[in-house]
Amino acid sequence: MGLMSQPIRRTEDGRFITGRGRYVDDVKMEGAAIGYALRSPYAHAKIMSIDVEAAKSAPGVIGIITGAELEAAGIGHLGAAFPASFLKNRDGTPRVDGDRALLTVDYVRYVGEPVAFVVAESLNAAKDAAEQILVDYEELPAVGLIDEALDPGAPLVWPQAPGNIALDWAQGDEAATDAAFDRAAHVTRIDLVNNRVVVNSMEPRGAFGTYDKVTGQYELYATSQGSHPIADTIAKRILRIPPERLRVITPDVGGGFGLKMSTFAEYPLVLIASEKFGMPVKWMSERTEAFQSDSHGRDLKSHAEMAFDAGGRILGYRIKTDFNLGAYGLGFGPGIQSVVPMFVVGGVYKVPVVYNHVRAVFTNTVPVEAYRGAGRPEAAYIIERIMDLAAREMGLSQDEIRLRNFIQSHEMPFRSYVGAVIDSGDFQRNLHDCLRQADWAGFPARRAEAEKRGKLRGRGLAYYIEKTAGGASAVVISFTPAGRVEVGVGTSAHGQGHETTFAAIVADKLGVPFDSIDLIQGDSIRAPWGGGTGGSRSLWNSGNGILKAADAVIDKGREVAAALMDTAQDAITFEEGAFRVHGTNQFLPLLEVAEAARAGSKLPPELKARLEKGLDSSGTHEEKGDTFPNGCHICELEIDPDTGKVSVISYDVVDDFGFVLNPLIVAGQVHGGVAQGIGQALLENCLYEPGTAQLLSGSFMDYTMPRADDLPSFGFTYNEILCTTNPLGIKGCGEAGTVGAAPAVMNAVLDALWDKGVREVDMPMTALRVWETLQRAAAKAAV
Amino acid sequence: MIDTVTVMFSVNGNDVSAAVEPRTLLVTFLREHLGLTGTHIGCDTSQCGACVVHLDGRSVKSCTMLAVQADGQAVTTIEGLGTPEKLHPMQAAFNENHGLQCGFCTPGMIMSAVDFAQGNPSPTPHEVREWLEGNICRCTGYHNIVASVEAGARAMAKA
Ligand code: FES
Ligand code: FES
Repeated sequence: MGLMSQPIRRTEDGRFITGRGRYVDDVKMEGAAIGYALRSPYAHAKIMSIDVEAAKSAPGVIGIITGAELEAAGIGHLGAAFPASFLKNRDGTPRVDGDRALLTVDYVRYVGEPVAFVVAESLNAAKDAAEQILVDYEELPAVGLIDEALDPGAPLVWPQAPGNIALDWAQGDEAATDAAFDRAAHVTRIDLVNNRVVVNSMEPRGAFGTYDKVTGQYELYATSQGSHPIADTIAKRILRIPPERLRVITPDVGGGFGLKMSTFAEYPLVLIASEKFGMPVKWMSERTEAFQSDSHGRDLKSHAEMAFDAGGRILGYRIKTDFNLGAYGLGFGPGIQSVVPMFVVGGVYKVPVVYNHVRAVFTNTVPVEAYRGAGRPEAAYIIERIMDLAAREMGLSQDEIRLRNFIQSHEMPFRSYVGAVIDSGDFQRNLHDCLRQADWAGFPARRAEAEKRGKLRGRGLAYYIEKTAGGASAVVISFTPAGRVEVGVGTSAHGQGHETTFAAIVADKLGVPFDSIDLIQGDSIRAPWGGGTGGSRSLWNSGNGILKAADAVIDKGREVAAALMDTAQDAITFEEGAFRVHGTNQFLPLLEVAEAARAGSKLPPELKARLEKGLDSSGTHEEKGDTFPNGCHICELEIDPDTGKVSVISYDVVDDFGFVLNPLIVAGQVHGGVAQGIGQALLENCLYEPGTAQLLSGSFMDYTMPRADDLPSFGFTYNEILCTTNPLGIKGCGEAGTVGAAPAVMNAVLDALWDKGVREVDMPMTALRVWETLQRAAAKAAV
Repeated sequence: MIDTVTVMFSVNGNDVSAAVEPRTLLVTFLREHLGLTGTHIGCDTSQCGACVVHLDGRSVKSCTMLAVQADGQAVTTIEGLGTPEKLHPMQAAFNENHGLQCGFCTPGMIMSAVDFAQGNPSPTPHEVREWLEGNICRCTGYHNIVASVEAGARAMAKA
């Protein structure tokens, strides 16, 4: 039996469980100095002057870099990933991103924006010196919240963005949608806040840079989700050097969740510092610093309306969303609520017409970028909350309203109104399976029992869909003289277990021993080009790419084997890792053929010349065709009305990820994703103070991370409904848990509180907020 | 000239003596002076548990104490618990039960779990969750960590 589809234990674990992982902070370099970023304490201020003289002569200080100096040296700025022509306002005018220098020169626009970069012999020396830098700030009025920024007369973050609108974008047909609402028998309306969260990978960001003045080469170790995009940005946009002069290496990475896709200022800064001061320079973020300087996630407010006919069938869907972009449009920021989720705003339903109007709002806060799911959890949250409410209003059960509106399997491939082509899926089956798994029918008895204990029990259902695939990451399979198989990929794991899953594909396809395979990833020079890992598409990219590259290996191997065994190519078959001469017992194992091809001495000259690289081959999966992971989540929880505490009792998921390559790893991805969704729904909240835009939740003391005792064990099963648009038949599983979880939890909270007269709930439903909500409802009932 | 003090203790069975700045945290000493980078730093408020080591067999957050406070005691880090060739049963249980993804929280989780299991050979999931309250993991949702600790505790009791 092959390794694919087996729950193989992870090979990478060996180093992590014994403390032998190598993260950026573990990299040692002789004579290295430490970099430290001095950050703005103000949300908005004009910088009148920066005096670094006293700090420069502080003990242990090597030097200080300021923005003025970088400007003078012609160092480039950070920016957004989307070209202006690709993402613009609905009236065709360009969006505004602002302009983000590595170190700001004239203004600071959020608390934590870097102002100077101190390099010293130790972190303590750098921090001590930073305290002696005299920055003369003239404080300006600041806006941190969406509502504050949209207030007429609000201070502007950017003068070129009136009303603080960075982007005013829409999809769909406004007039046709309005017409659908005119015909509606019922309209459900909802206002929702999607709270701001901090990514908080357990390893903070970090970078270690060296510059070799003899060769002019730069080398950067960075906590990233892909070395190539960061290398491209730094070389082309910031340092403006030929790309071959920079090598970016991503060693072990302690979680990313979208945060580590982007190039952050400190990464080029350690390179610039290394060049300037003549030694390797390391910068590691501390946690408090991470809260201020990492890109955040979510932070949007939506008003949504759904029009139904008398039978509870959707006629049209209208959404108006304002999202907090922060002070700069960086990385994927401007696209997260607009183009990224645009194909899934209608969820799994037949929505005949949609109008989705989205505005990006500048505020004096750290930029908001990708966080697990990036726009798709937000889209799922809106539609699954409104479907839940609509069912209540129309007197339908939660399953019935969905069954009436599901896109049916027999209608697939289905082209949705928003332009998604959903190739495959069986929403009905997953829903039914999940209802059974969660014992949906037995809920009334459990609720009655809870009531006897004084607890409010609720259940929530959500059916999510997300769209993934896309981008191209190359694969190179090569054979070393030592008999090992190296698989270079342009994706870059940071917890996903690619060393195990990718090796399983290679082992199955080529019949080589699993433990003879080495994955080469996260290296902008040694690994082939790729967009890194993000968006649940690494297996789509690299897995399908491996199939292609492996086919090329076998084709070449057949030629070589034919020559070596002195027979015709069409007499050769490839089975179980060996080339066999049909009808004889003659055979040669692949690794021997590879070695002969590499050495070349036994090959005919023509073949030797043609196979200069032996059997080494590359492959890139470039076929079009999106994938649509989808599934049903059911959450059951209890609320203590006296304290407001919410306890998640059970959590069930039935997913369709297409082909499941490693069930163990896939389950782990779902667990982690669901935990992040539950965290956002019940615990996590990033707060900026109204009026000052000071960050209030700046550490683990005041930002509640989900902990082991906040979560239940999860029930997870799946139906393998193969994707028809890629050879492996996979759909992607990395973000799915997060996409489905928040609406399932919040629907359950609302269900628990409904009979108490509660009609509106917003994330996070912390104990305090639940308690206040119950008090308000009781007061209202008493009037 | 920065004042230093001399500390002496054993780390993973080896005697160590060094002159350190008095403000040096134990975690910094382990990572920077001894190169034992398996002990991680995940926060600056003593919340995450990535830095858990054993001091005379009991788990402590090594970011929460100074190196000088360990003077005269026995420190065990993840590197001293087991080796790739001879894993500690708790390490093996984390691998077997997919109790880790990025691996960053893992050394602290395992060190904390070993201390826990020494006092509780057959814990319930609830007890494991309560104990692990001081260790944050962002990747796994804890499900498989809880399974790992349960299995590891049973294996330790048998070993
Ligand atoms: S590093 Fe977070 S508790 Fe020690
Ligand atoms: S495995 Fe990544 S933080 Fe726990």
